[in-house]
Amino acid sequence: MPETTYREAVRDCLAAAMRQDPDVFLMGEDIAEMGGSMGVTHGLLEEFGKERVRNTPISEAAIAGAGVGAAIQGMRPVVEIMYQDFITLSMEQIVLQAAKHRYMSGGQVSVPLTVRTQGGAGWSPGAQHAEQLEAWLCHVPGLKVVYPSTPEDASGLLWSSIYDDNTVVFFEHRTLYPIKANVPEALSPIELGKARVHREGSDVTIVAIGRLVHVALQVAEQATEEGISVEVLDPRTLLPLDEDAIINSVMKTNRCVVTHEAVTRMGFGAEIAALVQEKAFDYLDAPIERVGSKFTPIPFAPVMEQYVIPHEEDVMAAVKRTVARI
Amino acid sequence: MSRGVTKLEQPTRLSRETLVSFLEEMLLIRRFEEKVEERFRAGDLSGFLHVALGQEAVAVGVCRTLESDDVIASTHRAHHHCLAKGMTPNALMAELYGKLEGCSRGYGGSMHLYDLATGNLGANAVVGGGLPGIVGAALSFQLRGEPRIAVAFFGDGATNTGAFHESLNLAQLWSVPAVFVCENNHYAESTPSHQHMPITDLSRRAEAFGMHCVVVDGQDIEAVYLAATEATAHARAGNGPVFLVANTYRLTGHYVGDPQVYRPKGELRELRETQDPIPRLRELLGVDEESWSALEADVKATVEASVEFAKSGTDPRPEDALLNVYA
Repeated sequence: MPETTYREAVRDCLAAAMRQDPDVFLMGEDIAEMGGSMGVTHGLLEEFGKERVRNTPISEAAIAGAGVGAAIQGMRPVVEIMYQDFITLSMEQIVLQAAKHRYMSGGQVSVPLTVRTQGGAGWSPGAQHAEQLEAWLCHVPGLKVVYPSTPEDASGLLWSSIYDDNTVVFFEHRTLYPIKANVPEALSPIELGKARVHREGSDVTIVAIGRLVHVALQVAEQATEEGISVEVLDPRTLLPLDEDAIINSVMKTNRCVVTHEAVTRMGFGAEIAALVQEKAFDYLDAPIERVGSKFTPIPFAPVMEQYVIPHEEDVMAAVKRTVARI
Repeated sequence: MSRGVTKLEQPTRLSRETLVSFLEEMLLIRRFEEKVEERFRAGDLSGFLHVALGQEAVAVGVCRTLESDDVIASTHRAHHHCLAKGMTPNALMAELYGKLEGCSRGYGGSMHLYDLATGNLGANAVVGGGLPGIVGAALSFQLRGEPRIAVAFFGDGATNTGAFHESLNLAQLWSVPAVFVCENNHYAESTPSHQHMPITDLSRRAEAFGMHCVVVDGQDIEAVYLAATEATAHARAGNGPVFLVANTYRLTGHYVGDPQVYRPKGELRELRETQDPIPRLRELLGVDEESWSALEADVKATVEASVEFAKSGTDPRPEDALLNVYA
């Protein structure tokens, strides 16, 4: 298995889908000659041509909406919203159109659209290029939401997103693009709605998404030195959610920490906490801990940015709070 | 075909047979809409209803130029487009009654009417919300080399939305086979054009994108049909999208029950006397009282049958609400 970056994994999956299926095509800002603002689509123009790798105007509503219209006709468009902050500009088309056509039509219409987007803090872009908005999309019946944290998951989940008959919003994290892992050469689809246990443990479960999966794994390693056995679980698909995997893990460890880069308040972690207390309350030996960003926009100055977003020590402190209780 | 504005002032006459069929279709829509108003006031119908009294010629004139596999997207005021594109009155009325036999199985209602079998991609309750999707549908026809076109209906109010400008820009940039039909009824809900647009000639908006424009009197069905014939042929031939402005009048309120306090006194009465497309066509054709009565009787029977069909339809089970969220 070749070592592949997260960025290459996304690109290779797009290329594989486009090679086998003329219905798959790409639209987005700067995705052709420039190869995308993050370089994800680099080289695809040369292989597939400008009809299928379509540079668009800066028109997020029309990009998403044109994807909706083509998807209803049976194509499988993959559109790129350059930064997830800008998904706010396509929310009408995603939330009121893509997510609802099937329902409002009584089951006649399918919208097999994939909306790829990326973002995340840690590089001081300021408040309009660094948010994590996955919870907004998870609140919408009719959408699926995927957030891979590793190259192999990015590849397998993107394939399943493209071939899902619903609209999938696919989140990538900017700081994960260079990370490497072994990815099978033959594309290996990963079913949506299945969590991944990255590391087994017996004392506390960390449910982590995106960049925080890697933070959680580092915390788990350190915790071992202090005699704490940490299980790290990445839902990977946030909607639909693999509830069984989370509940089973917490039933085993009796403690739960949820962590993500988005602001804690009303974040994805709040839903996990609610789920765990509903379905595994009697198994809990400690209150569920949530670790996310402080409730501010993402500030510019690096010292302030780093203060706002969650780090290893924040997750470790949460782990220790849970195991301090009997 | 050159770009620019085509003014169609002296249309070629269509055959009497064609015009009679237009009259029948327009009258069916008119009586259907009046029945909808009546049933709403009687308390039969739920929700938010917008009827298209006065705008029938636009729907019929445009849709009669379309092939069955061409697609349309409509608006909150959609009944006329749906019927003109081939939805049955039964399926439409049953939807308004919230029945499983309705075109959207009771999941949609008046503002969300779908009928994929007749190329109806859905009425859309978001003003301007259907336009980006029409660009995408037209793009898919272009990419697949299919000789189909995609048509968006919308009102003058929608031309102030970002979705309108983004969609026309993208459609022209990519030269997709789309026709954007603006039913300029001079009101965005209750707000008159002069309060919501700094210009009066809507075609200038599309000209800004270099798009071919056709402007037509939307109360003259013959003119609408001929203008739409030109517009759809232009798009279908691969010459790019067209902006078709049909100047029309809504001879009723924004919604059923609208007291229309925003209308100048006497405006509605005057418009009904001078701008109703149905008497205008009847007069052109010289339809006598006897033929008219026969036509009215036919139409009435169809509309009454749709009400009976709807009333005897199947109510969804409450828990059916949980279906159709995902494919």
